[in-house]
Amino acid sequence: MSSSISSSRPTQVTRLCARCTVARALILRPKTHERLCKSCFLAVFEEEIHSTITATSLFRRGDRVAIGASGGKDSTVLASVLKTLNERYDYGVTFVLLSIDEGIKGYRDDSLETVKRNAVQYEMELCIVSYAELYGWSMDQVVAQIGKKGNCTYCGVFRRQALDRGAEKLGITHVVTGHNADDIAETVLMNLLRGDLPRLHRCTSIVTESSSSPIARSKPLKYAYEKEIVLYAHHKQLDYFTTECIYSPEAFRGSARSLIKSLERVRPSAILDIVRSGEAFAGMVPESIQRSGYGSSADISGETDSGGGCGNGGGGRASGGEMLDMENELIATAKTKRLETKITLPTKQKNKGKQQTPKKVRDQKMSNCKKCGYLTSSDLCQACALLGGLNKNRPIRPIEVEVADS
Amino acid sequence: MGEEATLPITVEFSGGLELLFSKQKTHKVQIPASDPSGKPANVGFLVGWLCDNLMVDKRKDMFVMDGTVRNGILVLINDADWELEGEDEYVLEKGDNILFVSTLHGG
Repeated sequence: MSSSISSSRPTQVTRLCARCTVARALILRPKTHERLCKSCFLAVFEEEIHSTITATSLFRRGDRVAIGASGGKDSTVLASVLKTLNERYDYGVTFVLLSIDEGIKGYRDDSLETVKRNAVQYEMELCIVSYAELYGWSMDQVVAQIGKKGNCTYCGVFRRQALDRGAEKLGITHVVTGHNADDIAETVLMNLLRGDLPRLHRCTSIVTESSSSPIARSKPLKYAYEKEIVLYAHHKQLDYFTTECIYSPEAFRGSARSLIKSLERVRPSAILDIVRSGEAFAGMVPESIQRSGYGSSADISGETDSGGGCGNGGGGRASGGEMLDMENELIATAKTKRLETKITLPTKQKNKGKQQTPKKVRDQKMSNCKKCGYLTSSDLCQACALLGGLNKNRPIRPIEVEVADS
Repeated sequence: MGEEATLPITVEFSGGLELLFSKQKTHKVQIPASDPSGKPANVGFLVGWLCDNLMVDKRKDMFVMDGTVRNGILVLINDADWELEGEDEYVLEKGDNILFVSTLHGG
């Protein structure tokens, strides 16, 4: 350091892009350790998503596909990349943005503004479905009633159904979500740590078609690192929204998440390796176990299964124990309900499966929710079960008081 | 202190980190040109300096952990991945742009 170093340091050969060997490398790919320049990185990132899409025949010409859009980085990058690829490779797919308004002031109202801008930027139709309109309860109201503890469960159950209903409203049977490789690695780890083989089997598949939902979900970004998603958004200067959900501050500290990030630091390929391991495990899970758990706890946290039920990506993840507690509680409630209705159930078929102990493999017997018609394995779908509890304790509304008074 | 040479640089926060720094994304700062031991200021020194001088939020662990930038926060030095530039060891220069992006928020 004797002579003065000019502020624009000479570009060394090792600093050049490994692909074009011309431009300065700006990105170190965690997957491959490749050093890439900005434009090569953007191209490689898009190519990989394209090959994921083509290798799995994810779309067909003429399809209308909804992009679950939260305004956050993952779904924004997903929308941007899908638009680019659709035009570049002429997929012939019509993409629509589908957003859920949970009704969380200071969080979702701001992120929805981002989605509205994205709809204009990407020239996509936007459909927003709100908890308030679907369920009569916004998350703000739910939290006011039940407190912050366990509210992620409500939000998760409501979101899953809301996405389905939104898609249905649009006449769409396929929703793509922004779950990335980090999300999936995290879910694989969590399922391993819980010894949850049925979910371990499901969580890595690119398309999840559940008999509890007529709508297929898929994750085109399942091999994309969160790091690269953020860098893609940065280098393409995409407009996305970042704030943690105000009701899950602790989710930030999710231990599985921290573990993944620590592993990534010492061994960047770890994330993809965990996803690959998860896929390999999936092939080893016996068929009898694969289908078990459906119609019970699996329904409740179905969204969490696929890498985080929360639109904010980080939410709900840390609260594994809490979720589990809630699940158990719900299962218990559902069981009680079964006992209550056992006599009135007309067909034997309906009873089948329901009386089996949770340890045994359940056959799914799906029917329509008696309240809302949503597909469920119980009398009531999870959302209606939760709503039942909420409504029971709801203070009488002013409007009802008015009617009563007059 | 006032006699010591300073280095003008730009520090940016995004991906939610700006919330820890007065909700402001871009900060033009003058940092000491050398650390207390007399070595030229590097990124490692900058991170500590930011915690002590720029961060209003008490939750330091949202930004640093185990003596370095928390896992899951990307650091870009003049738009390049800090891993390409020597991470903590990168010696700062006048006019450098250091961007901290959290990957931990939002989805």
